[in-house]
Amino acid sequence: MREGYAAVMPANAYNWVAVWRRNFLAWRKVALASVLGNLADPMTNLFGLGFGLGVIVGLIDGTSYIAFLAGGMVATSAMTAATFETMYAAFARMRAQRTWEAILCTQLTLGDVVLGELAWAATKAVLAGTAIAVIAASLGYAAWASIVYSIPAIAITGFVFASLAMVVVSLAPSYDYFVFYQTLVVTPMVFLCGAVFPVSQMPSAFQRVAGLLPLAHSVDLIRPVMLGLPAGGIGLHIGALCMYAVLPFFLSIALLRRRLMR
Amino acid sequence: MSTVAIDLTCVRKSYGDKIVVDGLSFAVASGECFGLLGPNGAGKSTIARMVLGMVAPDTGKMTVLGEPVPARARLARARIGVVPQFDNLELEFTVRENLLVFGRYFNMTAREVEAVVPALLEFARLEGKADARVAELSGGMKRRLTLARALINDPHLLVMDEPTTGLDPHARHLIWERLRLLLARGKTILLTTHFMEEAERLCDRLCVLEAGRKIAEGEPRALIDEQIGCQVIEIYGGNPNELSSLIRPYARHIEVSGETLFCYAPDPEQVLVQLRGRAGLRLLQRPANLEDVFLRLTGREMER
Repeated sequence: MREGYAAVMPANAYNWVAVWRRNFLAWRKVALASVLGNLADPMTNLFGLGFGLGVIVGLIDGTSYIAFLAGGMVATSAMTAATFETMYAAFARMRAQRTWEAILCTQLTLGDVVLGELAWAATKAVLAGTAIAVIAASLGYAAWASIVYSIPAIAITGFVFASLAMVVVSLAPSYDYFVFYQTLVVTPMVFLCGAVFPVSQMPSAFQRVAGLLPLAHSVDLIRPVMLGLPAGGIGLHIGALCMYAVLPFFLSIALLRRRLMR
Repeated sequence: MSTVAIDLTCVRKSYGDKIVVDGLSFAVASGECFGLLGPNGAGKSTIARMVLGMVAPDTGKMTVLGEPVPARARLARARIGVVPQFDNLELEFTVRENLLVFGRYFNMTAREVEAVVPALLEFARLEGKADARVAELSGGMKRRLTLARALINDPHLLVMDEPTTGLDPHARHLIWERLRLLLARGKTILLTTHFMEEAERLCDRLCVLEAGRKIAEGEPRALIDEQIGCQVIEIYGGNPNELSSLIRPYARHIEVSGETLFCYAPDPEQVLVQLRGRAGLRLLQRPANLEDVFLRLTGREMER
């Protein structure tokens, strides 16, 4: 049995690139629509909440509300982009389009395919998150240089949420089940993890829960960088995010093996 | 390169209570076309997926191109080309892009793929279609592109799951002709099919399956001679019971399937004499084929 799992793990360090490049080629054909679709939602939130609530809220921790919100929206848009790319697009490639079926007939393994999909979803997260950061910087809410520093954090956020969504993909019988993950996990996380208001506003029990959630670690990495403030606990945040990226990755391979290779 | 391309020993696979492959053993020699013939649900596709390492057997031993499968199936797959039962081409990509993307899955560079594309397109008779979107191709063209795609890594072994199902006769004959060309070039083919004609035309040897069990194995002609060995008269119309008692003395064997009576007769003239003058009968005299073998072995016709 253990041998069976070993045979589906990534075969080497580079096989996944072929899957990433396949997705990149498909994306290039619809890039404009895809970019607009990824940006519209976080932009609406940033400006709608930022300007609208900003008037009422005033300053948070010495910065304007919209500047505070910008870091949260960068992390949130990375999360959403990676989640949706994996749940809908990768699921379609696994099922309706039979793309994975074709790939699994080559010398690639299931692990290579999953890794390629996660890397691709993380790439889309970087595009979406960076675009929000660029808009924030061009409006003067963040330093330009901070974008460069936040890219690694955005990328790992993308990996984390792609990896978690891959577990959902491996278990969901159909598209209809994704809405549960979206409404019960993803959306609450936006409010629990300090993306739109400081975690310190919540009762202490909720704060402790937030400390365990991946988006909170992403926000705590990205926001201080964008605001030019000193960040604490970087090692802890990165460590927690790595756990959230790696464990679901292996879990999803094991679950997908049971689903696809029986 | 060993002379045995595929070796299965006592392979068994069940899903819950349902046994899909039941103690199956067979060996495919390098350079031969080996057919798995059987009705839908006989376990053909499961066996093809096992050979690729995509289904692990419950018990039994499998070796493909010298590699133990599924443990080292990846290394075997590097030298296998696959034509799946259902097309899984990239519909939004062009023909050329499909080959490029697939070549990369075998770690080929763009330059290496470009070098083989002209020959593959010529083989698939898709010369003018390199830059056409796959969604615009006909069903037969898509199948031929799938075949070209399966050849991109210059495989030793081709695994084909129902390669001509759903094609019109013209497209089917074109695929058969291409497959014979591949055999002439020394490729090994494992073919699953429920088309008797396909199995008879292409396969050097075949294995007839029913409910996951092997019920016969051998060369198509030898199987036909061994199991039937005479002419067949198909009789439509009339009362099968009455007719069979009339011709029984002259028949080696009689099968009734639906409203058709199959009479296996060493001397067909004798049977025809008995039936002469009877109204409402349609008679067809023909040489025996694999269809008869299947009917003989299982007592029923192959569903089409």
